[in-house]
Amino acid sequence: MKRLFKLWRGDSTGGDFKEYETDVTEGMVVLDAIHKIQAEQANDLAVRWNCKAGKCGSCSVEINGVPKLACMTRMNEFQEDQTITVNPMKTFPVIRDLVTDVSWNYEQNKKIKPLKPRPRDADGEYRMMQEDVDRVQEFRKCIECYLCQDTCHVLRDQQQKDKFVGPRFMIRLASLEMHPLDTEDRIPEIRDEYGSGMCNITKCCTVVCPEHIQITDNGIIPLKERVVDRYYDPVLWLWRKITGNKN
Amino acid sequence: MDIKEIKSIEHDVLVIGAGGAGLRAAIECSAQGMDTALICKSLLGKAHTVMAEGGMAAALRNVDKRDHWKIHFRDTMRGGKFMNAYRMAELHAKQAPDRVRELEEWGAVFDRTKDGLINQRNFGGHRYPRLAHVGDRTGLELIRTLQDHGIHQGFKTYMEYSVLDLLKDGEKIAGCVAMVRDTGQFVIFKAKAVIFATGGAGKAWKVTSNSWEYTGDGYAMAYEAGAELMDIEFTQFHPTGMVWPPSVAGILVTEGVRGEGGILKNSNGKRFMFDNIPERFAPETADTEEEGNNWLKGVDGARRPPELLTRDVVARAIMKEVKEGRGTPHGGAFLDIASRQGADYIKRKLPSMYHQFKVLAELDITTDPMEVGPTLHYFMGGIRVDPDSQMSKVPGLFACGECSAGMHGANRLGGNSLSDLIVFGRLAGIGASEYSKNLSNAPTIDNGQAEKIIRNATDILNRERGENPYLMHDELKDNMQMQVGIVRTEEELLAGIDKIEEIKKKFANVKAEGASQYNPGWHQALSMRNLLITSEAVAKAANLRKESRGGHTRLDYEGERDEWLNVNVVISKAGDGEMRVEKVKRKDPDPELKRIAQSKIEDLEKEIGLES
Ligand SMILES: Cc1cc2nc3c(=O)[nH]c(=O)nc-3n(C[C@H](O)[C@H](O)[C@H](O)COP(=O)(O)OP(=O)(O)OC[C@H]3O[C@@H](n4cnc5c(N)ncnc54)[C@H](O)[C@@H]3O)c2cc1C
Ligand code: SF4
Ligand code: SF4
Ligand code: FES
Repeated sequence: MKRLFKLWRGDSTGGDFKEYETDVTEGMVVLDAIHKIQAEQANDLAVRWNCKAGKCGSCSVEINGVPKLACMTRMNEFQEDQTITVNPMKTFPVIRDLVTDVSWNYEQNKKIKPLKPRPRDADGEYRMMQEDVDRVQEFRKCIECYLCQDTCHVLRDQQQKDKFVGPRFMIRLASLEMHPLDTEDRIPEIRDEYGSGMCNITKCCTVVCPEHIQITDNGIIPLKERVVDRYYDPVLWLWRKITGNKN
Repeated sequence: MDIKEIKSIEHDVLVIGAGGAGLRAAIECSAQGMDTALICKSLLGKAHTVMAEGGMAAALRNVDKRDHWKIHFRDTMRGGKFMNAYRMAELHAKQAPDRVRELEEWGAVFDRTKDGLINQRNFGGHRYPRLAHVGDRTGLELIRTLQDHGIHQGFKTYMEYSVLDLLKDGEKIAGCVAMVRDTGQFVIFKAKAVIFATGGAGKAWKVTSNSWEYTGDGYAMAYEAGAELMDIEFTQFHPTGMVWPPSVAGILVTEGVRGEGGILKNSNGKRFMFDNIPERFAPETADTEEEGNNWLKGVDGARRPPELLTRDVVARAIMKEVKEGRGTPHGGAFLDIASRQGADYIKRKLPSMYHQFKVLAELDITTDPMEVGPTLHYFMGGIRVDPDSQMSKVPGLFACGECSAGMHGANRLGGNSLSDLIVFGRLAGIGASEYSKNLSNAPTIDNGQAEKIIRNATDILNRERGENPYLMHDELKDNMQMQVGIVRTEEELLAGIDKIEEIKKKFANVKAEGASQYNPGWHQALSMRNLLITSEAVAKAANLRKESRGGHTRLDYEGERDEWLNVNVVISKAGDGEMRVEKVKRKDPDPELKRIAQSKIEDLEKEIGLES
């Protein structure tokens, strides 16, 4: 069946939507249709992808206004006569067509202090119970698609990229802070440098996460609480420091 | 073009490829004090390794104390049909446990045993539960751990740079030329040593689990630079790829499904794997459904079900069912986990499989069977390297991970790749650092070589008109699928080789439309050369090897033949520019390793029991 697409074409100097018509068959996802258009009508149409199975987080775009993975968005999610509009993520600078420059995210990650593990047990092993790693494993499902970063209004509309690392890196921080082996202290930076206070818990990031990570409830809110404990309940903090129990 | 205006960057070691192997190699080079660059075609963290699902194999002995490096080694050799480089399989089995533990120190969070240790799961061909895993997203855990650790180790990363070809100073490596995908500009990298960790070439086939990156760049560049390719006829078809809908055909369904108890059935509802147990594995495989079920329940003495035989065996069995008319509606076999495990367990242990089928096939794997069939998955062969240093025939060129040859022989066991990456990534890092330190004179760049590489690349854009690179790729994929597929005959292979020649002629006149900035048409055209060289190598090596072994099956030469066990097929570029394909006698294995590989399992276990 023939379907109508509007794909954004252009580069950092500007651009516009261009219309394409292509045949769509059973089971196709939006990325398949884009590839078909690329092979048949627009050889130089730029789009990022790798796995085509929702595992690598490369193919993030906005489809009819919603931040999504193009490889996991089925064509039959849309009405048969609906035009499919695809544009690049708006929070990041465009390189070409549907491809954006996401290097800012890599810079944020580099600022975060890595894991500082406690010593191993006497027999050379690390012991961690499954129930103690469950929540860290939830955050570690992140495929770095940056759809949450694209959605977060602090980064998107207010362009406060110098004040807030965004939801992706809040859960990276949470995964380190809640890691049973970690002995590092990142609470001061979480408040002052990474901007935990900038998030006002709208939960829009959680809604778009293709890995269904409870970014706000399980990641950001607990981090905010730790900041509050540290700065407004120093007794509790001191107790934790003495007992060595970060969590 | 004025070559002096091309940007030039200098490092001690260039690591090309940022999957598990490349990242581990770069971490090692930095640790050895080398000024190191990591160069990759995609964004950091998106390499193929991210897609790996089931786990990484290491005899950690956390779940079954009877495991030992010797048993892992024996399993690897038997799975590889004894074509593996013995020394590599030994190094791998011995060092994998330490490499896995090291990942924990760098932040990896594996699933745990009840005692809080790294949990291990069953997988095809592995005698004991051996695969450290995180649900069915182990590759993501591996790559993110190495990435998050690596960015603090001091090497410099160049993302979305395509390396086009190597530069040499006489016989030795001197660097490479790369194209920056964003801008279309070229860069000359100067270095003492180069490590390839560029992965495989599944994109030469139509049905594959591989991503766009797998165009055989490493094989082709190494070949052009004078290195040898070995065992390249051994291509692994994974038995369980998705077959429906067409747009997702080939996407992998992890072997973990069978490791967790999943069974294969044909359209008559029969578990056909019981009729397909090869003699070599019969003593260690269940011969009734009841015994297979007991094994799943952990009953002592019960042997593993035949669904967990090595991949080559399972893939051929599925092919046979389909060919003989007992396939599923879309031409595969049924893979059933729904009747074997509860819905919650399935969702917890196989979350991304659940999600993948739900979204892409609108199927709930906790209630319905999946339809699966073989998909081109992995290259056992590749760049021929020294087993200890990982150096190729070209001084200064190293290779590790999927792009190198030897470790897996004729067939790779699942889970042995991720562990291969971290073991040999590290060894290649050590090898390249040693080489660089001992180099008396820094190599110099020959501008003429660089100019030629750049001109070949820009010609594709500048040509007035020419052939469409996408259609050319489609033609190659159809050809490899039809003529150089899972079962092969001389007639088909020769037809396949003819067709490759035909496409090569078209390629000489390939044209990419548009400008040089982030232009996928151009990128496609540039990778065609590499796909063509790799395809030709596979087809010619497959034609030479007149037997069936592991991932290479010849209908006209059935069964393993002893005379072929003693030779590798080695490919190199001859002086006249033609592809040289020859039989090279294998080195005699270390007698002790040979003894272990050929021991009866009971004897070996007794011996290990006495040792400890
Ligand atoms: C779906 C799937 C599931 C799998 N599951 C498992 C599993 O459970 N267990 C297991 O052990 N194995 C598994 N494998 C196999 C395993 O994942 C791969 O063999 C392994 O990840 C390869 O790693 P690598 O480091 O060699 O290369 P890759 O991770 O593929 O990385 C290749 C790198 O080379 C770069 N590159 C290539 N060409 C160029 C060039 N010209 N210029 C610059 N850079 C270049 C790419 O950008 C990339 O960074 C699986 C494979 C697939 C596809
Ligand atoms: S919950 Fe916080 S991080 Fe998430 S979108 Fe809202 S403001 Fe941004
Ligand atoms: S948290 Fe979710 S939305 Fe954000 S980058 Fe990770 S996977 Fe994507
Ligand atoms: S292509 Fe990997 S997530 Fe879409």
